Amino acid sequence: MSFDPQLSLLDTTRAKVPRPQAPDNTLRSHRSKRVGSAKEDPDCSEMPAKSSQKTPKNETSSAPDNGRPTEPDITTAKPPSKKSGGKGGPRKKRSAERLAQGQRDISVSEFFVKNRHLLGFDSPARALLTTVKEAVDNALDACEEAGILPTILIEIQQTADDRYVVSLQDNGPGIVVGQVPKIFGKLLYGSKFHSLKQSRGQQGIGISAAGMYGQLTTGKPVRITSRTQPKYPAHYLEVIINTKKNAPEVIRDTEVEWDEPHGTRVEIELQGSYKSGKHSVDEYLEQTAMANPHAEIFYYPPKGRDEVVYPRLSEQLPDEPAKIQPHPYGVELGILMKMLKDSKARHITTALKEDFSRVTPKVAEEICKTAGVSLKARPTTIANREAEALFNAIQKVKIRNPTTDCIVPIGEELIRKGLEREIENASFYSVRTRAPRVYRGNPFQVEVGLAYGGQLTGLIDHGDLSDGSAWVGGVRLNPTKKVEMALTSIPGITRKKAVQLLLKAGIDRATKAGMLTADQVELLRAALDAEARSESATRSIHLVRLANRVPLQYQQSACAIHKAVTDVNWRRYHLTQPRGGLPQGPLVLVVHIASVWVPFTSESKEAIAHYEEIIDEIKRCIMDCGRELGRYLSRRDKHKAQADRRHKFDLYCGELVEALHFLTKRKRTEIKKILDTAADHYAEVGDELQE
Amino acid sequence: MATKRELAALRKAKATKTLDKLTSLAEKVITQAEKLDNPTVEIPIRALSNVAFNKKKHIIEMGSKTQSRTLFNVNMAKRFAQTFLVAKACKELLDAGKTTSIRDLYYMTKHSIGKTSENTFENQGESDPIIEDLEVTINTLREELHLFASNKGSMVGELTLVDAGDTIDARRQGSGGWAVPSIVEDDVIQFKKCDAKFVLLVEKDAVWRRLNEDKFWRKYKCIIIQSGGQPARGVRRLVRRMADELKLPLYVLVDNDPWGLYIYSVIKQGSINLAYESARMAVPKARFLGLSSYDRERYDLPDDSTIMLNNKDVARAKQMMKYPWFAERKWQRELKKMLDSKVKLEIEALSSKGITFISDEYLPRKLKEKDWLV
Repeated sequence: MSFDPQLSLLDTTRAKVPRPQAPDNTLRSHRSKRVGSAKEDPDCSEMPAKSSQKTPKNETSSAPDNGRPTEPDITTAKPPSKKSGGKGGPRKKRSAERLAQGQRDISVSEFFVKNRHLLGFDSPARALLTTVKEAVDNALDACEEAGILPTILIEIQQTADDRYVVSLQDNGPGIVVGQVPKIFGKLLYGSKFHSLKQSRGQQGIGISAAGMYGQLTTGKPVRITSRTQPKYPAHYLEVIINTKKNAPEVIRDTEVEWDEPHGTRVEIELQGSYKSGKHSVDEYLEQTAMANPHAEIFYYPPKGRDEVVYPRLSEQLPDEPAKIQPHPYGVELGILMKMLKDSKARHITTALKEDFSRVTPKVAEEICKTAGVSLKARPTTIANREAEALFNAIQKVKIRNPTTDCIVPIGEELIRKGLEREIENASFYSVRTRAPRVYRGNPFQVEVGLAYGGQLTGLIDHGDLSDGSAWVGGVRLNPTKKVEMALTSIPGITRKKAVQLLLKAGIDRATKAGMLTADQVELLRAALDAEARSESATRSIHLVRLANRVPLQYQQSACAIHKAVTDVNWRRYHLTQPRGGLPQGPLVLVVHIASVWVPFTSESKEAIAHYEEIIDEIKRCIMDCGRELGRYLSRRDKHKAQADRRHKFDLYCGELVEALHFLTKRKRTEIKKILDTAADHYAEVGDELQE
Repeated sequence: MATKRELAALRKAKATKTLDKLTSLAEKVITQAEKLDNPTVEIPIRALSNVAFNKKKHIIEMGSKTQSRTLFNVNMAKRFAQTFLVAKACKELLDAGKTTSIRDLYYMTKHSIGKTSENTFENQGESDPIIEDLEVTINTLREELHLFASNKGSMVGELTLVDAGDTIDARRQGSGGWAVPSIVEDDVIQFKKCDAKFVLLVEKDAVWRRLNEDKFWRKYKCIIIQSGGQPARGVRRLVRRMADELKLPLYVLVDNDPWGLYIYSVIKQGSINLAYESARMAVPKARFLGLSSYDRERYDLPDDSTIMLNNKDVARAKQMMKYPWFAERKWQRELKKMLDSKVKLEIEALSSKGITFISDEYLPRKLKEKDWLV
């Protein structure tokens, strides 16, 4: 029984496998086998835990009672105005010098504390999800960059009511020990920020932000185990972030024994909350698996839930996306100024040629002429004075679109495979990968996959009748109970619904379930199926948004993908659609956008900005699949109409045979044969041709 | 006068003729299906669109338009099968030499279809029109299919007749009168001694009772019949036969409202639905005795005996004014007067002038003054 689309999506393909020993072992192993650290270990986790219980609530006020110097120092978060503002009351005149005393650098961490909603840490449930998300994204990127087929283990363990340890282990290249603190302990550190290349993360704020959140809420360091090559030892590090300096501090660094030849394991303890369903870690991993068919994912959820394994669907890594120079059309004024300032070229034309893609000497010349700057001007000079003129000139000059080989889509075959793994028994699938396009000088590519009907309509395996008891909706009705009560043991069936079903099936509600005839059981099953069908027909479709292979889960309605889906006229494809809303029906729609620069609306990267070119392209791609769906549905409707017609003809022909036999005295079999042949003919022809 | 044996032979010959028609209708279906033609029954349309007012004969006649009912059309398949279920039941009746009511026929033909919860006929309202369809399709009369409606209407008066072999003296029928059967054809009913000079048909049982109690029919040598509202086929056919065979003039007394006037119209020139029966049921010379829209003034009836016309009455009156058979000036005047006065008048309103006003004054004066419309 699955009236919930999300649930049915989740439940279908999950292989229940015994939890492999590996993660448990490793988890224990680096604790117990850690060189010379086994006994000192507990202190660093237990002590601060108590004092930090309160910290999430008063992060912005001072917390001088924090025992350890390495504890996150959140006093810096105190608003500077307090010092200069003095007591409340009427405003006083203050000199600039006096004001200057209260002005100082705001640390990145401080910024984080105040803006954590932007980064995806605004609620405990979301914090847990974001942490998993950042860790998984990093792991997948690392594996791919190193040319390794990713195998990823995610484990979430509950340590207290509102506390979880997120452990993520990959088989990636590992991290050189010297880099570990920076990657996990410094915000805005990474290799991706400085290049244009299709990748999951973009700002390098992710995993360190998760670490900082963990540190702020539990006082625990980020624990990293990493090994780069089998011949080198694995390292175990504990890193905390000095929030004042935005600098990492390593509080422990030991060599450990580890079973993995190479890879990284990250453990972050944080205050969070685990739930299933919408916006859950479960959903995120399911969609991640769909977007990354080349990855193998083992997931160990908390609260004693069953392990989930997403097997690898493709033994081939996606092609490596090429790094490209920014295209002039996609560069904003500020970036342009910075790029010119940093340029090592002597002449502006050379700078344009070297730092941007698709700028030929001729184009560079034309830009400079249009802007009215000397071809030989120094880039740094331009940056200061004539950048705006140059910027405007760029928009006027015709420049070829960038190459699009820098984008690597998932591909139609793998999208289909991913869909089929999640939804094994849909009655129709359609996938489409469109050719790359360009918005504002940024290449991007859209892919769509959809699955319709079948198991999505919520049709149920009712159970086997051979044991002689009444199986309905996968439940054996208690024969001693009244049927209206017995039905309530089916998940999702209330007493009220049971009465409605019985009314529909034409069965007395007081009948004992054990007294139901086989026909009545059939009627009940049919009524339940009809209920599920009509329920699924009026439910909004399930939209899966992917950007550079990363599932987007929040802010659906703010996203360009959502806008494109609602802009499409789905009625044309035989689905119902409320005005301006998502279409309704048993449909899962996956939309993937790959780009060197996905324009998100905020740093939490949950919604794609409304660029017209992007929305149009998504719409076209959806419509490609939609048309196929429409064709399928109209074919199906036609078949259904034909079958219905034939059924009706059969019913009445049966009556007619008897009457004609009586009236004409001709043999029943003879008349029946004649009528059957004609009925076949006319069922196929259909009514419309008879008009 | 035909003997009983002759009557039986007559009935049998009639039955054979009807049976042949039913059989050939069924044969046609099989032949069509064999050729992969869509089996079709052509049914004359029984609606205003397919009736014409024959000014010469003064009756409403059915036109030649038909509707095709085909088997292989999801919207018609059921009614097609129903048509033959009725045909089959009629054959059973004819074979057995029995007649039955249309309600009985509904039960004879009603059963569930296959294993579904659907019935061949869900209610009698579904089967009655199918019977009429069959009548017009094979151009036969209901009684020829051995069907009848429930008895409606009663009669007393200066007439002796034979009903299914029993002699009935209409002068000795007590307070209830002789119930007019649904089938009154000459193989069932024969007229014997007639002392009546005219026939008076009243719409209402209550008024008829008054006249019977006052022995109006004895005093004025007539036959009085009540139709219980819109007259059934039995009553209509009976008054037609009296007009034809006994040469008795027919007077009609109805309420002064559109519905009453239309009862007169149906008796006089037939109805839209049964236009095919007009030729043998209509009495074009029937006289409209009352109540006229002018009677209120002429007989000085008090204002409080009137009832206001409601919206339905007004709409119906306006609709009737457009029928060709109400085109004559006298009828337009009647209806216009009714609409202008904004009131209707039931026959019982005459009682406001005294219980026996109707038999002692109103009717005698009307007849004496020849105050009627034709």
